[in-house]
Amino acid sequence: MAEALTRVIAGQLFLETRETNMSSGLPNRQPPVDYIPRITAQYAGLGYGEYRWLASETEPAWTPLTKPLSKCRLGFIATGGIYASGQTAFHFKDDTSYRAIPNDVEISELRATHFAYDLTDARKDINVVFPIEALKSMVEEKKIAELGPNSYTLMGGIYSTRRVVEDLIPPLVQRVLDDELDVVLLVPV
Amino acid sequence: MSLIARAIEEAGIPTLSMSSARDITRSAWPARATYLDFPLGHTAGRPQMPELNREIMRDTLSAFETLSVPGSMSHLSYRWDENDQWKDKVFAPTEKPVDSDQSKSGNNGYEDDRVARHDTPQYQTEADELAALKSHSDEECKICIGIDF
Repeated sequence: MAEALTRVIAGQLFLETRETNMSSGLPNRQPPVDYIPRITAQYAGLGYGEYRWLASETEPAWTPLTKPLSKCRLGFIATGGIYASGQTAFHFKDDTSYRAIPNDVEISELRATHFAYDLTDARKDINVVFPIEALKSMVEEKKIAELGPNSYTLMGGIYSTRRVVEDLIPPLVQRVLDDELDVVLLVPV
Repeated sequence: MSLIARAIEEAGIPTLSMSSARDITRSAWPARATYLDFPLGHTAGRPQMPELNREIMRDTLSAFETLSVPGSMSHLSYRWDENDQWKDKVFAPTEKPVDSDQSKSGNNGYEDDRVARHDTPQYQTEADELAALKSHSDEECKICIGIDF
């Protein structure tokens, strides 16, 4: 069962569906963490300048699926500073580069370095931020038809929106088109 | 990441964004999103729990076919632990004894645990740095693309 919630925030209409069948009704459940006020308060407490959160003002474009998901070739893009050994690692200062990671990569060759999140579990099992094994299982289960040839990884935490739009997005979108993907899954950290 | 999702969607390919930061994703407003109520750094699940992570992925991908309103977000029902106590410590001021010399530090109880933002590659291991040097000097690496330095 799902509860539909409609919210108007800063003039935007959001429709959210919340699963109510399982754990959300249990006692001791706290609401989702509001990261924006907490991180804003931390930065202010440390005397840093204000971080400008992305606030999109227009409704996103919408492209409907043209065939069942089970017939789709899926690609995925992950932030979190993931690279394969042998590749150049990401740096920590507005890194707008990306890496193509072949989907037949050995899991043991994958690494994660980042300035902003706790890497302990990602280094224990990269699947927590780079779900390559779960997605391969989805192919086996015929939930999706196949994966594209590569996954793409980014650093994230880029302060300059302009650099994301000008330097990062055009080549990445071209990659997605060249790979003839039907759907794209984004996995931010 | 939502900027990228919006651009891909504009280019004519349906996208779905996983999220464990509901308010950040809501603000950035991608076409389709699923929300997993786990601590940051666990967008796709928990370490060494492949069955759980497959289940999360099944539910996530289903949203491609169930979400029908642009900009909507589906909440997955998984929870991290029994009482959600991990949320109390997220980006919260550190609790210090009353007699601590907090006024001089000027940080209002926050600890700066961020890593310095170097602009040189940050390898997880020294061996990786050597491997990258080797693959590039041998011109074997065809997969580092768009490197901006």
